[in-house]
Amino acid sequence: MRVVHYLNQFQAGIGGEDAADAPPQLHDEPVGTGRLLARLLGDEHEVVASISCGDDHAASNPGLMKEVLEMARETGAEMIVAGPAFGSGRYGLACGRLLAAAATEDVPAVAGMHPDNPGVDEAGAGVVVAAGASTRDMKESMGRLAAAAVKLAAGETVGPDDGRVGRIPRLTVTADKRGATRAVDLALARLAGDRDATEIPGALFDVVTPAGAVEDLSAVTVALVTEGALVPAGNPDHLEAARATRWLPYPLDGVAALPAGDYESVHGGFSPSAANDDPHRILPLDVARELEEEGRIGGLHHEYLVTAGNGTAVPNARRFGVEWAARLHGSGVQAAILTAT
Amino acid sequence: MSIAEKVGAPRIVPTRGIPYPTGDPELDPEQEHAWRRRLLETALRALSTPVKQPTVFDVEEDAA
Repeated sequence: MRVVHYLNQFQAGIGGEDAADAPPQLHDEPVGTGRLLARLLGDEHEVVASISCGDDHAASNPGLMKEVLEMARETGAEMIVAGPAFGSGRYGLACGRLLAAAATEDVPAVAGMHPDNPGVDEAGAGVVVAAGASTRDMKESMGRLAAAAVKLAAGETVGPDDGRVGRIPRLTVTADKRGATRAVDLALARLAGDRDATEIPGALFDVVTPAGAVEDLSAVTVALVTEGALVPAGNPDHLEAARATRWLPYPLDGVAALPAGDYESVHGGFSPSAANDDPHRILPLDVARELEEEGRIGGLHHEYLVTAGNGTAVPNARRFGVEWAARLHGSGVQAAILTAT
Repeated sequence: MSIAEKVGAPRIVPTRGIPYPTGDPELDPEQEHAWRRRLLETALRALSTPVKQPTVFDVEEDAA
């Protein structure tokens, strides 16, 4: 099969964070880690091209992966292989969205990423296989990704035994014991000290490595972000009051303070009357401006980002986090204050 | 342990109420502004402090 490999700017050898805003770029041969993929795929499949894109650029433009898919198709791609993205959220989102785009056009596609990567949720029913947490695990992770690609190319099913993660299609099987018996068996196992046995694994929370300390706040741009659903009066963009599926940016350029009546909180999880009487109770712009004026911070970012943190699905919340980080990072912001309700 | 610690937020500044994280409607406007100022000063201290795990930064009692 003719394979096109998608990878980020690091793995393509284009650059590090300084090149995170690089646009999609077509290379007419495998580049960077794509060469390892080409070797592992063997003689039956050819990596005809690599497409690279900077992490910030890819994560900040949700529709971009349709264009990337189009670029791939123009090279005659019969299959897309993306990653491995490891634990990188921005890279993972890009790979997941590329899989979702490929699925709508019936192009076989497979991606590799860490099971905790928010990109797993973006991939929908696309084929994702587990990768390690970091590039240290490249050899094993690319091996698993290549093996899954070979299976997919042969029209075989990629399943949990191949390291598949995410939304695995459910198959009807016949259990050897009926439900009541299995439930009692699990209860007995629990009483015997087995804390993990289950037929329905719960949601997992990932562990986030804290960012380093800011050395000199007077030299950096700081952003205000909030899940307190503070929006311009009238909620012109219809932010949801609960179970938010999106977030919004609002400008702060030339805004010195947030007068009552100009902004309101549409959060559905508490009475917004205190916030509506004084919006600074949710977004502390007045004091942030003072700190900016006094030179305590280098500057205040020119917009704030907002969503409603009220019964938000964990996959959406994780996506918001990655998208916020990409947008802020891409604008040169080095620290953020998140007000949480 | 607070929810913020349980979900793993790295740097946490406790505030006084869910509907008003950077305020306190019980105070008169001047006092409330001073309280918000202290919260943000604490946030800046948190941002400047290296942490390895969820860490709570309380507003210092003697901070003006």
